[in-house]
Amino acid sequence: MAVLGQEMGRTKGAGVIELENISYSYGGGELLSDVSLQLQPGSFHFLTGPSGAGKTTLLKLCYGALLPTSGRLSAFGEDIARLDRDQMALLRRRIGVVHQDCRFLDHMTLSENVALPLMVSGRGDSDERNDLTELLGWVGLGARLEAHPPELSGGERQRAALARAVILSPDVVLADEPTGNVDWEMSQRLLRLLIELNRMGKTVLIATHDLSLIRAAKSQVQARVLRISQRRLQLAGADL
Amino acid sequence: MSSSDIRALLRPDTRADRVVPPTGFTAQLTLFVSGAMAFLAVFALALSLASGRLADRWASELAGAATLRISAPAEQRAAQTEAALVVLQQTPGVASARALTNEEQAALLSPWFGPDLPLDTLPVPQLIEIIEGAPGLDAAGLRLRLGAEVPGAVLDDHGRWREPLVDAARSLRRLGWISILLIGGATAAMITLAANASLAANAQIIEVLRQVGARDRFIAGAFVRRFTFRALFGAAVGTLLGMSGVLLLPEASDAGGFLTGLGFQGAGWVLPAFIPLLGAAVAFLATWSAARRKLKELS
Repeated sequence: MAVLGQEMGRTKGAGVIELENISYSYGGGELLSDVSLQLQPGSFHFLTGPSGAGKTTLLKLCYGALLPTSGRLSAFGEDIARLDRDQMALLRRRIGVVHQDCRFLDHMTLSENVALPLMVSGRGDSDERNDLTELLGWVGLGARLEAHPPELSGGERQRAALARAVILSPDVVLADEPTGNVDWEMSQRLLRLLIELNRMGKTVLIATHDLSLIRAAKSQVQARVLRISQRRLQLAGADL
Repeated sequence: MSSSDIRALLRPDTRADRVVPPTGFTAQLTLFVSGAMAFLAVFALALSLASGRLADRWASELAGAATLRISAPAEQRAAQTEAALVVLQQTPGVASARALTNEEQAALLSPWFGPDLPLDTLPVPQLIEIIEGAPGLDAAGLRLRLGAEVPGAVLDDHGRWREPLVDAARSLRRLGWISILLIGGATAAMITLAANASLAANAQIIEVLRQVGARDRFIAGAFVRRFTFRALFGAAVGTLLGMSGVLLLPEASDAGGFLTGLGFQGAGWVLPAFIPLLGAAVAFLATWSAARRKLKELS
């Protein structure tokens, strides 16, 4: 898997993403309060909590879509607040994101959507096109290259979103409710793909309210489970 | 923005251009506005160039000549004419001066009185044609001398009616250029609106592009290219239609006067070719500016 494995030798050390005493407010209300988190290279995390607890907000903070109201947020050793817009774009290429609603460009084909990160980073030569085909085969969509997003099922869309998130071989994969719209079998398949990515050295953070998914994962991978409760982040107990 | 930045932004990139959906009302709006404005710009340009030619012609043809009119009783007319010619020969700035013959004067009056005018029986003043030379005619000084030596002489240096005409033609030329500027401004405003609408309608696409690591330059470039080339195409069509309209106008003739000369002449035919390029440049700047502003708003 050339695409996924090409940057495995990257130097590891400090936390790839670090949140120090982060608070985030919106519309006068505080959504997150004094949150600290360090994602170590190659680690696997679940982030859980009830709907509206702030899981998506925390994920958005992690990839720079939101900036904290207070506290320090750094990625790959860089203080995100100090990055200009171009540097922020480069940072996002090192963080793959899978959204629950996938967010595809409906007028483009599946292969074009998955290749979007290659395109925006000025890559996409013939070798990488071959890697794209290989990657889509890896997520089981090798036969759907020319399909358009509205033609795909929920599971296919999620797998395509995962393929798009990892095509640039990012250091970190963030997934927001990746199994929210798929059946149990498909959620297990997606989980296996995420675990496989983690075994390739990627740091994985999955936000989910699906506790059965977390239980299923714990037998396959060493994962930390974090819970957001009352605007604060805490390590989940052994009840999971 | 440097020229290399502009070249990079405009360099065709078929794959990157695919990120902006190909349809939408902004596409038709941009095409229509740039086409219609280019069509109007062709006529404004034609008007401006024709007015300029007219102003130059009136200024140059009439500036080098003056007319002396001898209004004297019939028995003194020949003597005063002779005296006036002597004064003119001694006047600096007069290249030549000659009295018009009876036939020439009759020809001048024939449009009003017919060809068989009995000039000898009418108190028609004698006209003397003066051609100016270096260093130029001092009309005020000449009038003073003629007043003293040729009491029936009236000098007409054509300025009284030439200057308002030349001024009117020059004003018309200015109006033509102002029209072109207004057309450019209106085009910029409309394309800015269209670009803003397109950027707002595609906010989700922009969010996706940002999330996968696209720089603002990449996103703006996709929109800028789309609007610039669309405006170039629309303006080219509008210009061709406008030039066809100008071609169908009657050719210039003395009988038709100004209106039949409302077209392009010589190298003037090349100027409309710049209208699509200007339209594209206006679209480029308008879209680039709108995209930068909108991308900051959306962040």
